[in-house]
Amino acid sequence: MVDRITDIWGTRTPFARGESWPVRVDQLLADGVGEADVDRWVQSACVLCSNGCGMDIAVKDGAMVGVRGRAVDAVNQGRLGPKGLLASWQGVATKERLTRPMIRENGRLVETDWDTAMERIVARSRSLLADKGPLSHAFYTSGQLFIEEYYALGVIGKGGIGTPHMDGNTRLCTATAAAAMKESFGSDGQPGCYTDIDECDALFLYGHNMAETQTVLWSRVLDRVTGPDRPAVVCVDPRETEVARLADVHLALKPGTNLALMHGLVRELFAHGWNDEDFVAHHTLNVEELSAAVQPWTPEEVARTCGVEADDVRRAAGIFGTSRRVVSTVLQGFYQSSQATASSCQVNNLHLLRGMIGRPGCGILQMNGQPTAQNNRECGADGDLPGFRNWENPDHVNELAALWNVDPQVIPHWAPPTHAMQIFRYAEQGSIGFLWISATNPAVSMPELPRIRKILASPGLFVVVQDLYMTETAQYADVVLPAAGWGEKTGTFTNASRTVHLSDQAVEPPGEARSDLDIFLDYSRRMDFRNKGGAPLLDWVGPEDAYRAWQDCSRGRPCDYTGISYSKLRGGSGIQWPCNEEHPGGTKRLYGDGIFPSNPDYCETYGHDLLTGATVGPQAFRAMAPAGRALFKTAPYSPPHEEPDADYPFRYTTGRTVYHFHTRTKTARSKPLNRAAPDAWVELSVSDAGRLGVAEGDIVSVRSRRGEIVVPARVGDIRSGTVFAPFHYGYWDECGSPDGRPRAANELTMTDWDPVSKQPVFKSAAVHVERVAAGAGPSAAPTTTASRPASAGSVPVTVGGPEAQAQETFAPEALPAGSAGTVSAGPVLGAAVPATTVGELS
Amino acid sequence: MKLPMYLGLLHKAEATLARSYRQIAEGHGAEPDIHFLCLTLAKQCDAHQQALQPVVARYGEVSEDDEPERLHADGLTETRSGPVGLLRDLQDLYLLANLVDITWTMVQQAAQGLRDTELLDVVGRCESEASTQLRWLTTRMKQAAPQALIAAD
Ligand code: SF4
Repeated sequence: MVDRITDIWGTRTPFARGESWPVRVDQLLADGVGEADVDRWVQSACVLCSNGCGMDIAVKDGAMVGVRGRAVDAVNQGRLGPKGLLASWQGVATKERLTRPMIRENGRLVETDWDTAMERIVARSRSLLADKGPLSHAFYTSGQLFIEEYYALGVIGKGGIGTPHMDGNTRLCTATAAAAMKESFGSDGQPGCYTDIDECDALFLYGHNMAETQTVLWSRVLDRVTGPDRPAVVCVDPRETEVARLADVHLALKPGTNLALMHGLVRELFAHGWNDEDFVAHHTLNVEELSAAVQPWTPEEVARTCGVEADDVRRAAGIFGTSRRVVSTVLQGFYQSSQATASSCQVNNLHLLRGMIGRPGCGILQMNGQPTAQNNRECGADGDLPGFRNWENPDHVNELAALWNVDPQVIPHWAPPTHAMQIFRYAEQGSIGFLWISATNPAVSMPELPRIRKILASPGLFVVVQDLYMTETAQYADVVLPAAGWGEKTGTFTNASRTVHLSDQAVEPPGEARSDLDIFLDYSRRMDFRNKGGAPLLDWVGPEDAYRAWQDCSRGRPCDYTGISYSKLRGGSGIQWPCNEEHPGGTKRLYGDGIFPSNPDYCETYGHDLLTGATVGPQAFRAMAPAGRALFKTAPYSPPHEEPDADYPFRYTTGRTVYHFHTRTKTARSKPLNRAAPDAWVELSVSDAGRLGVAEGDIVSVRSRRGEIVVPARVGDIRSGTVFAPFHYGYWDECGSPDGRPRAANELTMTDWDPVSKQPVFKSAAVHVERVAAGAGPSAAPTTTASRPASAGSVPVTVGGPEAQAQETFAPEALPAGSAGTVSAGPVLGAAVPATTVGELS
Repeated sequence: MKLPMYLGLLHKAEATLARSYRQIAEGHGAEPDIHFLCLTLAKQCDAHQQALQPVVARYGEVSEDDEPERLHADGLTETRSGPVGLLRDLQDLYLLANLVDITWTMVQQAAQGLRDTELLDVVGRCESEASTQLRWLTTRMKQAAPQALIAAD
């Protein structure tokens, strides 16, 4: 057994380039439950990060009692990470779940029945539609729902009500991934896949602390890195993360300067002639503009702006320019920073310049954060039309209208769909009066919380919150709807590598809780939304109906699901879209033929100017005659909008810890995860702490122009001048509000967003730091990852204890005869394991 | 030759636009995208004026127009408030930016006639930014208009 709090990535199974990643099945059953006690195993996949690891749920006496990784699944080959093992069912099977709807009476939320709650919603909805029309309605959803649920919501919002005000918290998480791919290739769609890690010679991680955000993918990297032909690793991150520690080159740049660095890397490719001229000539557009834009960015200029060594820029570029196969992964360090889309497009540009796309080991992974963020982007519950359709293309709008049998005029397509930050601005101004929030917690996760709380509390705004728990946001609701969670409903979702999984219902939801799909369908029925023929707009009965409708909607589009049925998903591995008659087994990599979805009739967008967000428009786009070529797009570097000054001398950045997901609604309800990271902290560098007279664990006040947090300090390995705070901590497990002990990282962040992706800029703000009291001991920050203390041994090590012990089972044929196939933790099994792919272990 | 007069017009129009962007940035701070982008675009207008300097040094600049001013484009000195106020302010910016854009086009025509490569180079760098400013203003107004005109009080 292995303590998966201490040993986050589990036992190494090293392998060489081109071999398959060895199978290791991770399993954790509830205390006292043995394998023989399990009544049945139900197929699912993990919803605690975008990796989407295939897993089976153990059920005993109608309750979830454990999980194990699915050996057949290409995503994880049996492995699970700490969150998957410790918070999947433990995070939903709790006494604190919402089990009955609630409505606000005389200022207080009181329990009621479904009829009363739904009728209250419908009454407000109807009266606002009558008075002010569809623009009074907004829907703010999640990266946690299933395809079936997003698509239902998308049809209701876009085909029933006809409001452009629909977005998800995916705006905070993966909007830039989508935007960068749309700008470069013409449509959303991950070019690469995870097996590219098995094949690469070099791995670049841009603002992607994969070791903490996608732990199982990081296990895969570790197994390559400890194998016989280690790929070179380059890390771009201001913190000394696990990724940075392992990297050959660590570019610890100043937050907010990503684009300057990227310009420098691109410039080096041109300067050394490392480009694939043939690929560039035949498959891309605008290379001259790109070359001109990066000219000023010599390694020395980059060094001055970003605070890194010029030679490190040269070394990193050299690795990119001369390795045969490079994988790039990008995440929030780029997406939530200034000039997010332009910086992320430069990653695409590097690959296009070298012609490294669509081939084994040459993957671009514009990552997602959340498990089902991809589906929100696909299904139209956010600011996109379903099926990656282009809102500026009348033919695409007509296709949807025909599919839903509604008047095309109903579908909002006259202006860009409203992004989340703008939705909240309209709510602030009072022109949105109805806001339905599902499966997300903006009162903790959005920037500038004092403002968000004020908006949610405003009397003119009717707020519906649909969730598993009484979150900080639910406290502000007029109606609270109890939703069924993972394992309590059936549906599908798609991970960051286009892999679709089915999650079957394992148990009944608690009390009167209902699936999000049932709730949306109920609303549609009660509102009596009808199509042109007079039939109900949504006549689906269950999830499979919704899924089939979605398959139809996806037909012929880049995300074609027509070949992926529920039955095809049962039993085997997840399947990568597009999957149709042409690609019956799914598609590992996109763009292997060098043809991109940039044809004006097919593309998802005509693109934007990356500095301002101005739309290019159909005429100008057609005039470029992209004809299936990729586009080099970029923007001039401009410094972050809020720079440190005399009053607020530190750069402030926020992020994740490995033990929590989002606002901890699930992970804090897992005892081992919560013990590992029980409370907020801020990280200061040794030199800054010294100057401020702050010792480990001392209480510090961190202030920005917008708010304050008061939390213990971790003196750690961060870049001097930069302060880091984890964003998971809110107030639901405190007194419910920031009064007395403000600790949510977003008290301090700015209301500001990228001009193209509209993703909020969480990672650059200026703050003031000051010691306010001595601590009662070291801060509670984990010692196992980037938050480790600068002086090792000064703080007790983070451990999991008995509840965090998971079993690891290695590929049976790889083990010596007679072994039961189960090994305990201990020395690396290592190179002794021949790389094999085996069938499902059971 | 009347080019110096047009260089004067252009210089003045860019300066007016820069001032107006800054005015809007300050007056609409609660719209962060508008606030920050207007500041960025004001800097672009400053840079355009800078870029004109060497050309002005050669041709001179006539600030007194010998054509009578019929349309006054003095720029924005105040901002309105509320959603419709924002829309009107952006629309005013749009008119000023259009004046800049079309003046660049006229100067470009002259530069071509004069085969003045230095001036053509300056126009090449600035004109596309001026037209992108117009596209941004259009994009942003199209986004704001339905809400401001239908749903806002
Ligand atoms: S890596 Fe992500 S998907 Fe896989 S088990 Fe961990 S949290 Fe779940």
